[in-house]
Amino acid sequence: MRTTFPRLLIQHATARPDAPAMREKEYGIWQTTTWAQMLRRVHHIAAGLHQLGLRRGEHLVVIGANRPSLYATMLATQALGAIPVPLYQDAVAAECIFPINNAEVRFVVAEDQEQVDKMLEIRPQCPQLEHILFDDPRGLRNYDAPGLAGLKEIEAAGAVFCQEHPDFFQEQVEQGQPDDVAAMFFTSGTTGNPKGVVHTHFTLLDRAKVGAEFDRLTAHEEVLAYLPPAWIGQNIFSYAQWLVCGYVVNCPESQSTVMIDLKEIGPTYYFAPPRIFEGMLTSVMIRMEDAGAVKRKMFHAFMEVARRIGPRLMDGKPVSLGERLLYAIGDVLVYGPLRNILGFSRVRVAYTAGEAIGPDLFTFYRSIGINLKQLYGSTETAVFVCLQPDHEVRADTVGVPCQGVEIRLSDQGEILVRSPGLLREYYKNPKATAEVLDAEGWYHTSDAGFIDSHGHLKIIDRVKDVGRLKGGPNDGAMFAPKYVENKLKFFSFIKEAVAFGDGRDKVCAMINIDFEAVGNWAERRGLPYAGYTDLAGKPEVYALIQDCVEKVNADLSRDQMLSGSQIHRFLILHKELDADDGELTRTNKVRRGFIGEKYAALVDALYGGKTEQFIETQVKFEDGRTGVISATLRIVDAKTFAPMQAAA
Amino acid sequence: MAHKKIGDIILDVRNISLRFGGVKALTDISFDVREHEIRAIIGPNGAGKSSMLNCINGVYTPQEGSITFRGQTFKHMNSRQVAEMGIARTFQNLALFKGMSVLDNIMTGRNLRIKSNLLLQALRIGPAEREEIAHREFVERIIDFLEIQAYRKTPVGQLPYGLQKRVDLGRALAMEPQMLLLDEPMAGMNVEEKQDMCRFILDVNDEFGTTIVLIEHDMGVVMDISDRVVVLDYGKKIGDGTPDEVRNNEDVIRAYLGTSH
Repeated sequence: MRTTFPRLLIQHATARPDAPAMREKEYGIWQTTTWAQMLRRVHHIAAGLHQLGLRRGEHLVVIGANRPSLYATMLATQALGAIPVPLYQDAVAAECIFPINNAEVRFVVAEDQEQVDKMLEIRPQCPQLEHILFDDPRGLRNYDAPGLAGLKEIEAAGAVFCQEHPDFFQEQVEQGQPDDVAAMFFTSGTTGNPKGVVHTHFTLLDRAKVGAEFDRLTAHEEVLAYLPPAWIGQNIFSYAQWLVCGYVVNCPESQSTVMIDLKEIGPTYYFAPPRIFEGMLTSVMIRMEDAGAVKRKMFHAFMEVARRIGPRLMDGKPVSLGERLLYAIGDVLVYGPLRNILGFSRVRVAYTAGEAIGPDLFTFYRSIGINLKQLYGSTETAVFVCLQPDHEVRADTVGVPCQGVEIRLSDQGEILVRSPGLLREYYKNPKATAEVLDAEGWYHTSDAGFIDSHGHLKIIDRVKDVGRLKGGPNDGAMFAPKYVENKLKFFSFIKEAVAFGDGRDKVCAMINIDFEAVGNWAERRGLPYAGYTDLAGKPEVYALIQDCVEKVNADLSRDQMLSGSQIHRFLILHKELDADDGELTRTNKVRRGFIGEKYAALVDALYGGKTEQFIETQVKFEDGRTGVISATLRIVDAKTFAPMQAAA
Repeated sequence: MAHKKIGDIILDVRNISLRFGGVKALTDISFDVREHEIRAIIGPNGAGKSSMLNCINGVYTPQEGSITFRGQTFKHMNSRQVAEMGIARTFQNLALFKGMSVLDNIMTGRNLRIKSNLLLQALRIGPAEREEIAHREFVERIIDFLEIQAYRKTPVGQLPYGLQKRVDLGRALAMEPQMLLLDEPMAGMNVEEKQDMCRFILDVNDEFGTTIVLIEHDMGVVMDISDRVVVLDYGKKIGDGTPDEVRNNEDVIRAYLGTSH
């Protein structure tokens, strides 16, 4: 799409000035901003920012939740040829220092007092930071820091300037070219400083358009903007695609009202990471447990029907008349009301991405008639790399390459992408840029995966974590620890799992039970236990987990690449893996290497064929004291299955 | 960072004594409150803090002494009259309508300002409806201010205690008071709820310029947010001044540490 963000805004405002562009719930009522009003605001803010000295090519930080004013600010910035840099609103002050200094930012537009306080706090470390503008003046009345001003006042001053210079805005917009830098997104690197991903108008808008065409999005879509605008996904869904399609973006009243607002708006196009879908399902299940016996029975009976028939209906496969009828009754009695409660009555397309989604969770939403799909992409690729077509949706793949995308696998099994939507560079970081973008224009994703027999991309793990088995019957087979661990974690009884196998002859696993889920399971069976360690060691619990492990093995045996990764032996850990003990990262990812060293005795026992092993572990309590937990852990063999090539 | 404009004396309490039969609840208490300030009344349990508030509020009539609010001196006044003068309060043991929604509870705070009569309101006829819309808008601003949008339609009884306290404050604010009496706004709260409440009290004072008189026995909180503090013990005033002055006052230290009496 050879155009720019501000030009698209002008197009919409000219073609259909009175159509709603954005809504924001304020004082309990959805307030609408039309395209014409939006253009006028952008016009005035741009003039105001110009008067303050914002110049072409300069960066401006936007920090806050989804607010029409902040989106208008981004457009105004782009109209002037400056570059908006959205930052995460829940980042602590210190995390904002690097991006602001890295991009030599003089201008910050902040949502409210909370964000202004952060900016004032880091100002001594960011001496070039001149102007801090705020949208919501609440609590800021008595602040008198230099350069602090309300966005409203800047807008008003801009309006005066526009009267004196009526052609100013148009001239500025015309100077902007599709290949100019449009926005910069900072990605949180796991190590070192974050990197600024530079995108042009073309890269963002092209991908937005491809995504929109793929799902036939129109100007009539309703979208709820509730994820952080600093995340590129949100920026694509509620900004780039908003301008490409001209649909309505709705901003919730506050973070805590999102579920209420979702129900009121009933979006037609929706995006959420798996954990949000999981949270919604949990709340439905809890409410069903509290419902009366009749309702509960009806719910479970029809959910069974949905599981059987729903996915087939969704995939366009043949379904008998009787089944269709049964599903229709279920739709009236259960699925329809349920979709309504969840705010999904009108959803045409819903996406999830970011991490692996459990097959049960995925199937639940699809079976009640929500067209939930997966996509693959990252900040560097302007999101859209792979998308699932409507009738080819599976829980374990991420779809087919979308228009313009080429995918290739490196010798290490790394996924390489070539697409019109790739980043231009990492800002001021040619070394990092060279690491991910090679001379032929391939972007190295650092994800390992492969294209399956249906042409769908399947993501396995991070390249650096993928290993090989050595010796034994599966010598040389690929081993993807996270893939195996995720499959285990999809069971609600398993909270964490650590799989070992790189350089060994078979795969073994340590498992953490989910105390709440397994505790509840034990209580319902009248199984007494004294605490976590006791519960984890119960033979009944071992049998429960063994069942899960064997289901995973059966599933893996059907996989063409990973059938060698079946779990031969496992044990249940006596304590929960904890970030305080260094076993998890602060974002709750298992530190496989550290755990392998810390529990070397257990690893040896797993591979040495022992049936039990005594272990003593130091633990850190929340108040800083330390203690020792000791237990004798049983080690169990799990059934493995012969690979079934045919089914793949 | 904040520069507050503290104005003239708006509430002047002179030589108040309150007895219940033979029990002296308050003995010869005098203090004043200036416009726009946050004034705290502190003291150990049973010191007479709530009684003092009830005197200002018109719930109790003191046997001796006078209370002057904006130049108007009153001795016998009921709580409705006090409310009409622009004094609102919240309660230590929440007095909300548990079965009603948050919105309706705060709406009751607008009661004094509703002009149309019951019949018009019941039938939602012309002016009554317009009036209701205006009041609803005001209430929505309070809901926004107190960040309780997510609970607008939730019955108050279902909310956690900290939020109920916020609704209680919202109802008092709905009266658009010139002076707000807060009876232990932070009692029974956890640390986070206390911090939230402190911020709301400061914001009310800052945004609306409302004068605030609060009772509290969490010393830390009081010292952080109030401009001036009155200390009561056994119904007598034992200290009065800025938080720093009060903190170093011998009598106050004795009363709080309970060394000798």
